[in-house]
Amino acid sequence: MEEIYAKFVSQKISKTRWRPVPPGSLQTAETFATGSWDNEENYVSLWSIGDLGNVDSDGGFEGEHQLLCDIKHHGDVMDLQFFDQERIVAASSTGCVTVFLHHPNNQTLSVSQQWPTAHYHTGPGSPSRSSAPCTGVVCDNPEIVTVGEDGRINLFRADHKEAVRTIDNADSSTLHAVTFLRTPEILTVNSIGQLKIWDFRKQGNEPSQILSLTGDRVPLHCVDRHPNQQHVVATGGQDGMLSIWDVRQGTMPVSLLKAHEAEMWEVHFHPSNPDHLFTCSEDGSLWHWDASTDVPEKSSLFNQGGRSSTFLSHSISNQANVHQSLISSWLSTDPAKDRIEITSLLPSRTLSVNSLDVLGPCLVCGTDAEAIYVTRQLFS
Amino acid sequence: MEELDGEPTVTLIPGVNSKKKQMCFDWGPGEMLVCETSFNKKEKSETVPGCPFIYIIRKDIDVYSQILRKLFNESHGIFVGLQRIEEELTGKSRKAQLVRVSKNYRSVIRACMEEMHQAAIAAKDPASGRQFSSQVSILSAMELIWNLCEILFIEVAPAGPLLLHLLDWVRLHVCEVDSLLADVLGSENPSKHESFWNLVTILVLQGRLDEARQMLSKEADVSPTSAGMCRILGDLMRTMPVLSPGNTQTLTELELKWQHWHEECERHLQDGTFASSPHLESLCKIMLGDEAALLEQKELLNNWYHFLVTRLLYSHPTVKPIDLHFYAQSSLDLFLGGESSPEPLDNILMAAFEFDIHQVIKECSIALSNWWFVAHLTDLLDHCKLLQSHNLYFGSNMREFLLLEYASGLFAHHSLWQLGVDYFDYCPELGRVSLELHIERIPLSTEQKALKVLRICEQRQMTEQVRSICKILAMKAVRNNRLGSALSWSIRAKDAAFATLVSDRFLRDYCERGCFSDLDLIDNLGPAMMLSDRLTFLGKYREFHRFYGEKRFFDAASLLLSLMTSQIAPRCFWVTLLTDALPLLEQKQVIFTTEQTYELMRCLEDLASGRPVRGEPGAQRLQEDIENTKLEMLRLALARNLARAIIKEGSLEGS
Repeated sequence: MEEIYAKFVSQKISKTRWRPVPPGSLQTAETFATGSWDNEENYVSLWSIGDLGNVDSDGGFEGEHQLLCDIKHHGDVMDLQFFDQERIVAASSTGCVTVFLHHPNNQTLSVSQQWPTAHYHTGPGSPSRSSAPCTGVVCDNPEIVTVGEDGRINLFRADHKEAVRTIDNADSSTLHAVTFLRTPEILTVNSIGQLKIWDFRKQGNEPSQILSLTGDRVPLHCVDRHPNQQHVVATGGQDGMLSIWDVRQGTMPVSLLKAHEAEMWEVHFHPSNPDHLFTCSEDGSLWHWDASTDVPEKSSLFNQGGRSSTFLSHSISNQANVHQSLISSWLSTDPAKDRIEITSLLPSRTLSVNSLDVLGPCLVCGTDAEAIYVTRQLFS
Repeated sequence: MEELDGEPTVTLIPGVNSKKKQMCFDWGPGEMLVCETSFNKKEKSETVPGCPFIYIIRKDIDVYSQILRKLFNESHGIFVGLQRIEEELTGKSRKAQLVRVSKNYRSVIRACMEEMHQAAIAAKDPASGRQFSSQVSILSAMELIWNLCEILFIEVAPAGPLLLHLLDWVRLHVCEVDSLLADVLGSENPSKHESFWNLVTILVLQGRLDEARQMLSKEADVSPTSAGMCRILGDLMRTMPVLSPGNTQTLTELELKWQHWHEECERHLQDGTFASSPHLESLCKIMLGDEAALLEQKELLNNWYHFLVTRLLYSHPTVKPIDLHFYAQSSLDLFLGGESSPEPLDNILMAAFEFDIHQVIKECSIALSNWWFVAHLTDLLDHCKLLQSHNLYFGSNMREFLLLEYASGLFAHHSLWQLGVDYFDYCPELGRVSLELHIERIPLSTEQKALKVLRICEQRQMTEQVRSICKILAMKAVRNNRLGSALSWSIRAKDAAFATLVSDRFLRDYCERGCFSDLDLIDNLGPAMMLSDRLTFLGKYREFHRFYGEKRFFDAASLLLSLMTSQIAPRCFWVTLLTDALPLLEQKQVIFTTEQTYELMRCLEDLASGRPVRGEPGAQRLQEDIENTKLEMLRLALARNLARAIIKEGSLEGS
């Protein structure tokens, strides 16, 4: 049984993120950031899970995470991303995007940069602007991309005061999440079940590709890209379904997996072990999907019928990718149900699990029941 | 009506002088609004500027404590778990389960107390320190009461084990002794420590005889004169018969042994064995259950219930639950000795000893500043099937009444409302309506929050609330010029009227700008298009444009015609549609068949005949001229198309 530590923190947690470890270092994750929502005063906080060296095997309080520092945040924290080791980007329900700087010397957080009206509505016929919640943010140093309920996409650069690029009316509905596909392309999901690919090299406000679930227009709430195979994308929807997409082909998901009973708020591939996937949901569950179970006859793209062969004929240069996808356990369609092992990570159902993050053997998640759960032995 | 249980407390509102001004108020679910009125008495007509504020008065203030929030959140999980264990378990395993739940609740209270204690120590200003400390004592009292209720009502310990439980209860709550013990043992010469005898006495009072014996042996080591006496008393302590959990001996056996031991103690006392050491003699008297000797240790006993338990230990070790109240009452009277009157906590404990659950809950409701305690305790006791007989003359039963109060308090809180939902769920009678009333009042600041509220409503089939939330969001979107969003929300709410309204906005925008916005949505409407006629028209009209753009002229033409003939298109839009037909009529190839052309002509004439007669001057006239020109052009185009179609069809048939 994995040991999982819970701590009640007197604020509803909307986002949890591990601080990235410096590239090439052997360190494991030990600091994470959280954002709160729906409190009268909201905070962005940094927590430490303590020195890994002196963990007593008898449990107790050693495993508990301790608050390092926090700072007031205006509005709900809608999304949170580490920009680099010291900087955290927070998206606010007030439409504001803030970069916080962590000073490790005296353990404080300060505002290092802010775009106050990154997202806004323009009322009919009036020039006045009212703020619109910023729903998602993604960073790839030095770029920051934000999306919002106003259907707008902003591209910021850490050292620029103004947005480098803004796509107004990029979406007629609410954009719920954004991720990088491969620079300079991004991927957004919206509230009418569409996945859109945008290329910042192109002018105008048209996406370069639209993928969608058929018919029902079930809103999509989260998206994550496979860390090694950039064409493999996972999304989670309002009905709790997990969809796996191959963005190179087709406009429909490769597989649809019945998952949670309510909104799936976040989905994450494990960054270094991408056969593992993690999802959390409004129904209060947190799941670990393991597709690494050894099956000799892994079905590949070739078994999917005519579609892949026509794809092959398109270009020879993509062949490398095809070979790569042979080892992708997520794209094989049909027998997925038998091959993926799913484990529930939380001991008992609680209120909504709003966010999760994985790094190495560590997982952190935050709930509406005002608890933060941490485990450091994901694969034990 | 029942009479009042006590004088209601007066809450003074800072800045409002109720002597000079009249007040008005309004009840809310968990709060009250109070403000001054300008309704002055007649004789005082001078106008004094009134107080410009409206005050919100909250009843359940503990909900706003940061530390207690942890209590609410953690106990919410236990509460939900308790509702689920339910029925399938019976007898012993059920009781064990309920005791475990009760212990879980208590451990949460203790954890909270611990943190509150730390906060009190760390507090920077004395005022908040005091506040934390008073919270600590309230939590401690809550735990004390809960623990006693657990022993008496949930565990239902019989004679024998009952006393063991009560001893544990006292030991747990009079815990200063442990620090004292460490202090004394840590000193260079324990038996010379100034509190040495106090410590030994407390250990004896709490029935911790093994530890007391060890302390006595320390005394014996250093003072040879009293070594003999210490040994004898130590032997008495060792031989005191006690019930041990694993033991099979019957109560009668125990009673017999105990009687024997008691007589031996008494003999030693009468023989004057300990006459030379007043300390040891008083210990011996305590062990005989001598009331006077016990009362001499008032300071060390701290409170009457400790006195009660010690007294029972040394004089009635096999006390039956049913006799408890008798000893409790006399212990209270003896301990207070008429000097002071019992406090609320004393009354609550006394009610518990009398097995009067309702009195316990009533007293707690009056004494405590939150509903958390009574709501959870009552619910737990209700699961023990202890409350069924009692019905209130208002609302439903007591459990539900208290849960509703507690949940309403949560809903009044800015962010704890989510917890309240589950409490309402488990109130069979009034929970649903309460939830309906409260959920509509949650402010929907972001779509994400709205989705959470919607999910709560949808899970409970609260269609009315779902519709109203979607409508609010659709309205907001329209105000923000987000037509696509507005349309999505009205589709989700299945709100045909609003969908029509939004579709009209889309069509109007099209007429003004000549192009559609939000194509990603309109092109993907699917079956949702059937929600309202106007929405269907919008979707189909856009489809027409797509056909036209893709040069699928025949599809485009028949779609255009069917839009008019099936009456889906609003009349006011027909001119636009007919104008859209113009380029099709002017194509090189013949698109409309003769049949279709006749249909188009009929539509055109319908439209023309329905128009008002001319006569108005000015700009209107100009507009009408333009319209007439359009009509003439259409007639011409239709006639030419008809001619071409007849020729084409004729020649096709001929060939």
